[in-house]
Amino acid sequence: MNFEFSKEQDLLREQARAFLTQHCPTSVVRKILEGNDPFDRDLWRKIADLGWQATVIPEEYGGLGLSYYELAVIAEELGRALAPIPFSSSIYLASELILRDGSPEQRERWLPKLANGEVIGTLAFAENLGRPSPQNIQTFVRDGKVTGRKIAVPDGDVADFVIVLAQSEKGNGTSLCCVESKEFTHKTVDSIDPTRSHATLKFNDSCCELIGSDGHGWETINAVLDRAAILLAWEQVGGTESTLAQATEYAKSRYAFGRPIGSFQAIKYKLANMYVKHTLARSNCYYGTWTLAGDHADLPLAAATCRVSAIQAYYYATKENIQTHGGMGFTWEFDCQLYYRRAKFLALNLGSEHWWQDRLITAHEQRNMVA
Amino acid sequence: MDFNDTPSEASFRKEVRDWLKQNVPTEDELNGLTEIQQCKLWQRRKFDAGWACIRWPEQYGGRGASAIEHVIWEQEESKYDLPTGIFDIGIGMAAPTLMHWGTDQQKRQHLPKLASGEHIWCQLFSEPIAGSDLAGIRSRAVREGDTWVLNGQKIWTSGAHYSDFGIIVVRTDPTVPKHDGLTYFFVDVKSPGIDVKPIKQISGSSNFNEVFFQNVTIPDGNRLGEVGQGWQVSITTLMNERAALGTGGGGVVFKNLFDLASQLMIKDRPAIDDSHVRSMLANWYCQESGLRYTGYRALTALSRGETPGPEHSISKLVGASKIQDMASFALDLLEMAGSLSTSEQARYFDTFLNSPGYRVAGGTDEIMLNILAERVLGLPQEVRVDKGIPFNEVPTGS
Repeated sequence: MNFEFSKEQDLLREQARAFLTQHCPTSVVRKILEGNDPFDRDLWRKIADLGWQATVIPEEYGGLGLSYYELAVIAEELGRALAPIPFSSSIYLASELILRDGSPEQRERWLPKLANGEVIGTLAFAENLGRPSPQNIQTFVRDGKVTGRKIAVPDGDVADFVIVLAQSEKGNGTSLCCVESKEFTHKTVDSIDPTRSHATLKFNDSCCELIGSDGHGWETINAVLDRAAILLAWEQVGGTESTLAQATEYAKSRYAFGRPIGSFQAIKYKLANMYVKHTLARSNCYYGTWTLAGDHADLPLAAATCRVSAIQAYYYATKENIQTHGGMGFTWEFDCQLYYRRAKFLALNLGSEHWWQDRLITAHEQRNMVA
Repeated sequence: MDFNDTPSEASFRKEVRDWLKQNVPTEDELNGLTEIQQCKLWQRRKFDAGWACIRWPEQYGGRGASAIEHVIWEQEESKYDLPTGIFDIGIGMAAPTLMHWGTDQQKRQHLPKLASGEHIWCQLFSEPIAGSDLAGIRSRAVREGDTWVLNGQKIWTSGAHYSDFGIIVVRTDPTVPKHDGLTYFFVDVKSPGIDVKPIKQISGSSNFNEVFFQNVTIPDGNRLGEVGQGWQVSITTLMNERAALGTGGGGVVFKNLFDLASQLMIKDRPAIDDSHVRSMLANWYCQESGLRYTGYRALTALSRGETPGPEHSISKLVGASKIQDMASFALDLLEMAGSLSTSEQARYFDTFLNSPGYRVAGGTDEIMLNILAERVLGLPQEVRVDKGIPFNEVPTGS
């Protein structure tokens, strides 16, 4: 047993952190928040030069063939820096889906370009307010063409292709199909975190290609959500730590009643609780990453555990960070809002806390059935 | 990172399992023995076979095992419901303090008897006026040649009524600021002048005591650390206390609630199907799992031989409240019958009554939060009006 990242992985972490400190300070994040660009193309290209998108993609498809430990390290640093790029959509979701269920031709076609950042992919899932289910999906596939409308698609306006959950033409459940951007129309929509753009997508007899076997879309999407949840939890943990650092720094330097506000227990307890929630979420992520790297049977349970604790830690840290800053925390000018927005976006992307609490208990029920 | 055993860890685990299988006391063996006799029987058996305190050096009764091997041992031993509780303070807190601060002579004399279970130790720290503000204790020891004469009172002393020795911190100089006037000793609890009086708790049982000292003589050879260094020595004990208490506590775990919710019904459906129940249970699982892996991660520090750090405060802080809330929730699931003290729900009933103590013992929740805020996050200390002034000039309100 060994519960730490390796020396090489820690070295990668240092390099990633140093790189992002230089190339992705919050002024860069703010440029996306306030400007018209949907994401930071320059940063996207630079990290592609470093091979980050290629981390776990096998060498035969132009990737680096490294492990999920390395990807977890990168995810944490991207989360810490609030990187305004479509990394999670393209790597944790689209690449994972194609790796898992793509045909040899589909892998050949997409993975090398996903690996070098030339292409961006995403997943289109929700259609209405509320929780998606295989029953309430109305988008459908017929004769290799898909018709329907998807909402709240992260990075849907910049994706070169999108993987769509749709009712199968045989009426045997849902299927996943891949649609290139020239085949659908998109409309960018305002979202809670404009540093990660969202779009509504319309498909009208759009040419598509099935990914994986017909009728197994729901099963596949859930397996991929589990895997993505662990990686996204690392982004959340990185963001939580960054938020805690901001709050701590402010509490040490801001004076009231003749002393630093961080010397008051009312403030100390908030910050100590942030630290506690952050530590528990991080420790859950360690285990989750191990299940991901080894494709362990405990993965669904570990994934839900990572996700629920990371959602809770990040939300708590970002709301109490604003509170610690008082009125300043509520201004556009201060960076508190960046974390608060990102925490909620990450909490909704892949499904809510409540949904994942349910998945956690379901994983226990399934484990008991097997046992 | 690998949560699985290496081949050598796996073979160690097998050795542990095989030995436990052959040697765990049967019900017949334990029948008719008091809890103390049961604990002593099991500890002695482990000691004789080299399985007591396995991380300790062999010369003190251990086997020089690694931190990971210690975890493996604990994982396997905890699969049996074995009597061990009375040694938690001696082995978990007094021994690491002796190991760090004791002289060779002190270690040789006392550690093997702790390992074998021959001696039970207790912790004489809190006083009626000083709990969270531990450095404010007033029990006073005065040096007379090679001995010290002690007068005063300690309180909340678990197991004092059956202990042989106690670790104790006392004031040896009231004219200097409070942290500087303390000295740390161990004392024979059967010494003349010591009077132990049990305290009845919320639950009705009496696990802890008041301990009175009247002209009690302590040899100077029972001192740990220098005169006036008692606070630093105490910190070693307290850090180990949090590490020892943290993951323990028992009481109610996720699996108990999951099983209970699977058996009980809400609106004619299993309670486990209820969305609120699922959310609550999921949150507690996240905490339980987070504490488990936080403990594993801390092993790296421990395996380097470091004293457990302030981050151990997390396990006590989160663990104690969690157990209390889970017990309360279990009683809620039972609805009206939850108020009954019947045997099948004794676990929840007893834990509900005992758990408030977990949040106080070994440092309150509030002290844990202060430790995390000040020592881990580096936030400034609360303003202290007693700072830097002689202890005998500190306001007491009386």
